[in-house]
Amino acid sequence: MNIDFVETGQVLTIKLKGELDHHSAEAARVLVDEKIKNEKYSKLVIDLKGLDFIDSSGIGFVIGRYKVIRKRKGVIEIVNAGKKVRKILDMSGIGKIINIK
Amino acid sequence: MHNNYVFIRIPSLSVNESFTRAAVAAFCSSLNPTVNEITEIKTAVSEAVTNAVVHAYEDKIGEIEIQCRIKGRVVEIIVEDFGCGIEDVEKAREPLFTTKPELERSGMGFSVMESFMDEVIVLSEKDVGTKVILRKKISEKKQKSLNEEIDESSEEE
Repeated sequence: MNIDFVETGQVLTIKLKGELDHHSAEAARVLVDEKIKNEKYSKLVIDLKGLDFIDSSGIGFVIGRYKVIRKRKGVIEIVNAGKKVRKILDMSGIGKIINIK
Repeated sequence: MHNNYVFIRIPSLSVNESFTRAAVAAFCSSLNPTVNEITEIKTAVSEAVTNAVVHAYEDKIGEIEIQCRIKGRVVEIIVEDFGCGIEDVEKAREPLFTTKPELERSGMGFSVMESFMDEVIVLSEKDVGTKVILRKKISEKKQKSLNEEIDESSEEE
């Protein structure tokens, strides 16, 4: 699991690469939450272009960040999910609370 | 033909989740599954092993055994732990049910296993352990072989 952060004003893009499972989600959570502690970000974009694998623990990670951002009235968005990853996202119904592009 | 099998025994460390699903996927490759089928098996195994890592041994590290058998076109994967057991299996299998919401568990594990595998059997006894049996038939006639699909998906990128 590899995470790149891209800042554009108040928007923070998180590019996740590799596999997002229970093990890597733990590490990703610490890194991402440290970064979004900074309240200047009003929007979080989760870019899944480089993600090869996700399971329900990965979904738990995304919902967890949604909760953090929502607490301060920010928004979150998922972009560039590949076919395999999209299948799990759709199955979870996460699209009802988070915009998937 | 003799039925093929492999046994894997691991300590319940989360770092082993990715190894286990990759190992099972590699073992199944002799049946020439599609990329889709491999992804489904990998994901289901990941869910079962993660459940054992997270729930079976509380804060201690125990052992998890993964058995994988090929019977004809059917892959059978057994993920077994020797931990605390599941008190109410029926409840545990309900979508979105989790005993650990504070750990950002989505409660979707069994739902994912059920939708990706043909059969999911959960046997559990308190303080003895839990055994999850996953079965999936790998399709025989396919429009595309695995290699063709890989070529295609790399062209997409």
